[in-house]
Amino acid sequence: MNWKRAAIASLFAIPVILLFAWGMTKDPKDIPSPLPGREAPTFTLNVFSPGQPPLQQSIGDTVKLASMRGEVVVLNFWASWCLACRDEHTTLSEVARTYAGKPVHFYGVLYNDEPANGTRWISEMGGQSYPSLQDPKARTAIDYGLYGVPETFFLDRNGRVAYKHTGPVSAEVLARVVDSLMAAPVGPVAPAVPAKAGG
Amino acid sequence: MIGTLARDALLVSLAVTAFGLVIGPVAIARGKREWIPLSYAAIYTNFLLLTIATLAMIFALVTHDFSVAYVAQVGSRATPLLYTVISLWGALEGSILFWGWVLAMYAAAVVWINHERPGNLVPYAGTALLAVSLFFTILLIGPANPFGVVYPVPPDGPGPNPLLQNHILMAIHPPLLYLGYVGMAVPYAFAVGAMLSGEVERDDWIRITRRWTLASWGFLSAAIIAGMWWSYEVLGWGGYWAWDPVENASFIPWLTATAFLHSAMVQERRQMLRLWNLNLVVGTFVLTILGTFLTRSGIISSVHAFTTGTIGYFFLAFIAVVLVSALIMVAGVSDRLKTVGHFDSPASRETIFLLNNLFLTAFMFTVLTGTLFPLVAEAVRGVKVSVGEPFFNRMSLPMIVALLFLMGVGPALPWKAASPAEVKNKLFPPAAGALVLGAIALAMGIRNFYGVLAFACTGYALVANLREFYIGAAARRNAHGEGWGTALSRLVAGNRRRYGGYVSHMGVFLVALGIAASSSLRTEREATLVAGQSINIAGRTARLKNVWGREEKQRSVIGVTLELMNGETVTGRIEPRMNFYPTSQQPVPTPEVKSFLFGDLYANLQAFQPQGKNATVKLIWEPLVPWIWLGGGVVILGALIGIWPNRRRSVA
Repeated sequence: MNWKRAAIASLFAIPVILLFAWGMTKDPKDIPSPLPGREAPTFTLNVFSPGQPPLQQSIGDTVKLASMRGEVVVLNFWASWCLACRDEHTTLSEVARTYAGKPVHFYGVLYNDEPANGTRWISEMGGQSYPSLQDPKARTAIDYGLYGVPETFFLDRNGRVAYKHTGPVSAEVLARVVDSLMAAPVGPVAPAVPAKAGG
Repeated sequence: MIGTLARDALLVSLAVTAFGLVIGPVAIARGKREWIPLSYAAIYTNFLLLTIATLAMIFALVTHDFSVAYVAQVGSRATPLLYTVISLWGALEGSILFWGWVLAMYAAAVVWINHERPGNLVPYAGTALLAVSLFFTILLIGPANPFGVVYPVPPDGPGPNPLLQNHILMAIHPPLLYLGYVGMAVPYAFAVGAMLSGEVERDDWIRITRRWTLASWGFLSAAIIAGMWWSYEVLGWGGYWAWDPVENASFIPWLTATAFLHSAMVQERRQMLRLWNLNLVVGTFVLTILGTFLTRSGIISSVHAFTTGTIGYFFLAFIAVVLVSALIMVAGVSDRLKTVGHFDSPASRETIFLLNNLFLTAFMFTVLTGTLFPLVAEAVRGVKVSVGEPFFNRMSLPMIVALLFLMGVGPALPWKAASPAEVKNKLFPPAAGALVLGAIALAMGIRNFYGVLAFACTGYALVANLREFYIGAAARRNAHGEGWGTALSRLVAGNRRRYGGYVSHMGVFLVALGIAASSSLRTEREATLVAGQSINIAGRTARLKNVWGREEKQRSVIGVTLELMNGETVTGRIEPRMNFYPTSQQPVPTPEVKSFLFGDLYANLQAFQPQGKNATVKLIWEPLVPWIWLGGGVVILGALIGIWPNRRRSVA
């Protein structure tokens, strides 16, 4: 055994391994979005899936962003072909139910999918507490610069995008962001959840 | 149903691999030779089981069985059959499955061919391959399980990433890459076998793995060229190499593998560089795993990055285990590796090979450093920085021209020592080639220093390599009275390894000229045209005929037809398009390339008016780019010549 050689080689190998181990704690998928802090793109979309009481809305109802001023809006883009959307489905549904009656709206927006597929998916997944909207030709998804599904946008009470979450969203994130946005005053103030630096 | 079968196959594979992994070393330790076939049987069975799992996945993809997680993730009913089949390697889990299958295939083949060899080298090598296999089976059962159950079953899937279903090269590049990458496990396993069995002082392991290494190197070379070609044909920027982390990941082990192909000859001929070769082989394998880790852990962002999960930690642990075990083994045997031969003269082939190895290794460290730099910078300064092309180009160009020059010197010099007369006869005449190609470069309009130097060094090496064919064939003509054709083919057949290598060199020269010319002299024009208007580039005229659209099953296509004009006659047409896939907001640019002997006309559709009134097109004249692809083919031809079995077995 040549210990000197082994020591020299370890001197190279160990820092590299440590560097990778550290790198694994970082998330390069943290895609910077220019939207947080900006005015949320407006939309007018129709309900295709009614949701359940007390959040229920009729199929065909028109939902306008403009008419929700002063309230928090959570927009979750999803699709029936999206596997990750299944992971967050129950969480979203349950958290939305707990906010019933508060000044916050949860909406699903179907992305590049047939409403019929979406409806079937919702019933197979055990229902969705809040209504889902159809987005013909993905116009709204384009306006929001969707990178993939699922993505969840949190709009503050001033109608601005406060935070964007990429990938399945957890109950903790939902509660934390929604609570802080509801607590924030209406008016020309900085977004409750600051945009990432460099974004 | 089919998913259950595949999951069971993988579970059995786990058991079989673990059994084989234990029984081999136990058989050797207890001196029970009759148990060793059990270890080999585990290798064959593992191959069978992974074949079942892979075929099951292809079956699930083709039958759109969306209850299988991987199919639900990458499949769609609208995707054409070919792209459905090749989506096997289009995303993380499938690519790991394919990888595991290729590895099992290599292991089965190499053991089958060498199972009669006495001694412990092959059993230990088989065990090492089983250990690597076990890692991949664990991935397939754990973090990269492609056969997860999806319930409720989705009616349809999103289809593969649009970029991966837009070009036929996607059917070629990934399998070649895996064959090349995974093949490097064979020399690694035999190096481990040699160290564990105490046969490391003999050079058998290098001889046994020579063809495997060369074949893997050929696959890897082909994969790199095919990847460049894919990027060129698909991405619409008109380039073929951007020093992207994933490109680098395939290039880094190629550099050490190339170094090993040369230094292995020094070991066989002169019994030197043994410790160095062990390090190169182990290093190459670690670098292939590192490359896989970089592309699949999401640690470095890249256009190629796969979706990720916990798999990065598994790879990290595996790299650590391989590195530590290799360190212990190499350090353990290093004192026994006494070099028998020594360098007699600086003017000898082995000296040039040593220099070539030093440059290739330095090149490898440069690319590796540049690739990992963003991570280091973030760790040290907390800022995301990437070093980008200028760093890589500035650092690599001197090494590239030096290597090109050495490619001329090495073949011209004999082993051991060249006499002053030999040096004069062999090394001076090729300078004429350097002058000619240097002059051609200047005449073409190349003005940058390294562009001209690359041409000149290529000219030097080209003449030097051609002269080897000429001198050898001329000697045969004199000795046997053969015609030039016969003399040349018998010359090559008589020493396939050597002349195959020179053929590969020729391929590299074509690639070098293509890269030097296209990176120095590329010109581009962009214009917004209405029908009937034309655009000129590099002495060619293209006229916009019309803007059109059509619906295809899996996508919508908008395209323009440009007519290539010679005066008023139409000599050809070129139709760049944009493909729109339903699951992607971004249109996928689909440039069209018209190849000529001395370059490509590259057309990309940049934008169009919805009513088809006008279109913005970009035309790029890409000098000598077709030579890169041709050169890639010649490199492979050389590798094939080198691998081809000799008729007489005794010829080394």
